[in-house]
Amino acid sequence: MKETQTVQNNTKNTEATERISGSEAIIKCLLAEGVDILYGYPGGAIMPVYDELYKYQDKIHHVLTRHEQGATHAAQGYARISGKVGVCMATSGPGATNLITGIADAQIDSTPMVCITGQVGSHLLGSDAFQETDIVGISTPVTKWNCQVTKASQIPEAIAKAFYIARSGRPGPVLIDITKDAQFEEFDFKYEKCKGVRSYKPVPDTDKNTLKAAAELINNAKKPLIVWGQGVILGKAEQEFKAVIEKAGIPSAWTILGASAIPTSHPLNVGMVGMHGNYAPNVLTNECDLLIAIGMRFDDRVTGNIETYAKQAKIIHFDIDPAEIDKNVKTDVAVLGDAKASLEALLPLLNANSHIEWHQKFKDLYNIEFEKVIKNDLHPTKEGLTMGEVLKEINIQTKGDAAIVSDVGQHQMIACRYAEFNKSKSNITSGGLGTMGFALPAAIGAKMAAPDREVIMIAGDGGYQMTIQELGTIFQQKVPVKIVVLNNEFLGMVRQWQQLFFDKRYASTEMTNPDFIAIAKGYSIEAKKVTERKDLKAAVKEMIDCEGPYFLEVRVEKEGNVFPMIPTGASVSDIRLD
Amino acid sequence: MENEIKQFTVSIYTENNIGLLNRISAIFQRRHINIESLNTSPSEIEGVSRFTIVVNITESQMKKIQGQIEKQVEVIKAYYHTEEEIIYQQSCIFKMKSNLLFDERQIQNIIKESNARIVTVNRNFFVIEKSGRKEEIDLLHRELSVFGIMQFTRSGRIAVTKDEMKISTMLLALEH
Repeated sequence: MKETQTVQNNTKNTEATERISGSEAIIKCLLAEGVDILYGYPGGAIMPVYDELYKYQDKIHHVLTRHEQGATHAAQGYARISGKVGVCMATSGPGATNLITGIADAQIDSTPMVCITGQVGSHLLGSDAFQETDIVGISTPVTKWNCQVTKASQIPEAIAKAFYIARSGRPGPVLIDITKDAQFEEFDFKYEKCKGVRSYKPVPDTDKNTLKAAAELINNAKKPLIVWGQGVILGKAEQEFKAVIEKAGIPSAWTILGASAIPTSHPLNVGMVGMHGNYAPNVLTNECDLLIAIGMRFDDRVTGNIETYAKQAKIIHFDIDPAEIDKNVKTDVAVLGDAKASLEALLPLLNANSHIEWHQKFKDLYNIEFEKVIKNDLHPTKEGLTMGEVLKEINIQTKGDAAIVSDVGQHQMIACRYAEFNKSKSNITSGGLGTMGFALPAAIGAKMAAPDREVIMIAGDGGYQMTIQELGTIFQQKVPVKIVVLNNEFLGMVRQWQQLFFDKRYASTEMTNPDFIAIAKGYSIEAKKVTERKDLKAAVKEMIDCEGPYFLEVRVEKEGNVFPMIPTGASVSDIRLD
Repeated sequence: MENEIKQFTVSIYTENNIGLLNRISAIFQRRHINIESLNTSPSEIEGVSRFTIVVNITESQMKKIQGQIEKQVEVIKAYYHTEEEIIYQQSCIFKMKSNLLFDERQIQNIIKESNARIVTVNRNFFVIEKSGRKEEIDLLHRELSVFGIMQFTRSGRIAVTKDEMKISTMLLALEH
């Protein structure tokens, strides 16, 4: 239908250029974008680029993962802890299709990522050549932007645009597919960073009137509640956010991806919203008179039944993405724009307040949740280790300074509920897509991006085995991540649903597991298994003290459940405590 | 009102790129919305393409889809309009056997009354072209089908708005 190329030739090179191959240009572009680590897996259609990586190995560190999916999650972990763009690379065909899960995960969780895939020679496109797949077509619905490059001269502009789009506005993954002939072709190279794309407005203008309207609603509210999401972290707005909530004295709850934007211990932090969130913020969502959503998207796991969600309240929604406004919940005031700038501008418009009586309600409901749920999770008296007490021990011994990388399932909800965070960007988990197998490779990326931080991966026995081969990456790269597997020999969250909603018909959720200790030791990773409460503390200490990677398996109770819980289709205020 | 299914005509101004059609159609496909008609063409602005898409959905769905379309990096602007807000046309072509033109005198009347036009006539077949609203084209199709249609095709809707479209001024601002 259309004839022009995706990326137009950059033919206006008037300044000094050097004549290099397309593949060398790719490396030079990555270096110009500040890339020091990338994750990937070689193969036929990307070999010229790997040949250049060999020459540039003192400048750019390529990490060979054991599967391309691992490369994407590692790049995500890298991006989530650092705020920088994660980069991964794969060959054509199966290499490229193996990236899709990670790309979809990055898309729904707004993670900046650039994926580079090799493609068969341009003369073979459409011929069903060996390892040819239409990765641009396949990745279209799960990328923020993608393109195919068939000429070396298109490479600099494509990569510059890719990084710009991935990191600007609401971040997301982009994919560039580069044919093998474009990698070999020589051309006059010159790199210019992308400063803008005509059709793309990363940050919408903030209308001052909406800020005034928001401030007026906040100043007049008697029972305001803030629910913040990852937008606060992605927008680097943690300080401005803290200043706003402290001045206005508003109880503030977080979505799973918003966790750690302010410390867990902050007196205005009233916990997590959503399906397995805390009791008070869920119940009081349906009692507040004003709900202020900041950088969150009213996911169905947050809202429960949307028809009964905060109907009594006025709603203010701060977001950088205009498409999020009124998407799930109709707002009264929408403040478009960057969280940092919006919150900074909001602050002087707010009256100081404390809402003491309203806060008391949160405390009262917390006490109910403590008695019914938290006490049993963190201070169990019956036999059988709980996931919660493992988290508590990690909190104590890391003093809340660790980054927790969790997988998907029961342990994830427990980790998010109970992990204590002092620093932002510390809760790394697959929120929107719920990708089992995320944690192990993501922890590798996180630890490599932040080598000075303690990075603790927490997974269940199911998700761990989805990407267990990445132990090989840890072994080869000597990445000192701490691996905690909470083993209940079940796909626990599915089993919990089967128990509650399918009359305990445990269809395909019981796991016969291998000797995890032997597997870890096979990769020369120090390993220990804990089956009794009395051994937990010492084992966690040994793990923290270990300088290299460490594997800790904790046998937890087989049929433990995560509560509170909002059953699917129920209202947030009908959250169950047991 | 927002929950009543209506016909909307979506006009999307975009960069001219490979793959954008896929990206835009995926937005509808993902929500299980059938595209009634789709047309791509140049627009009044040089180098900018215009998609015209017709869908039957509720206005609240339409607004969300407009947001999702505008979110695409290479989309400059998306608008949606109801039937009353636009002037629209479709065109169609019929291929029929030439002998009908002489044997069935009524055909000439049908062509004349429907404001259709004979594009070409040769020994074997003749071709009729008609532009108009879908109902007019449907009527012509019904009338001609009695005589046997060799081939028929209808284009996607194209539309302009009654009110001014501010896209040109917006683009100028972007470029300077």
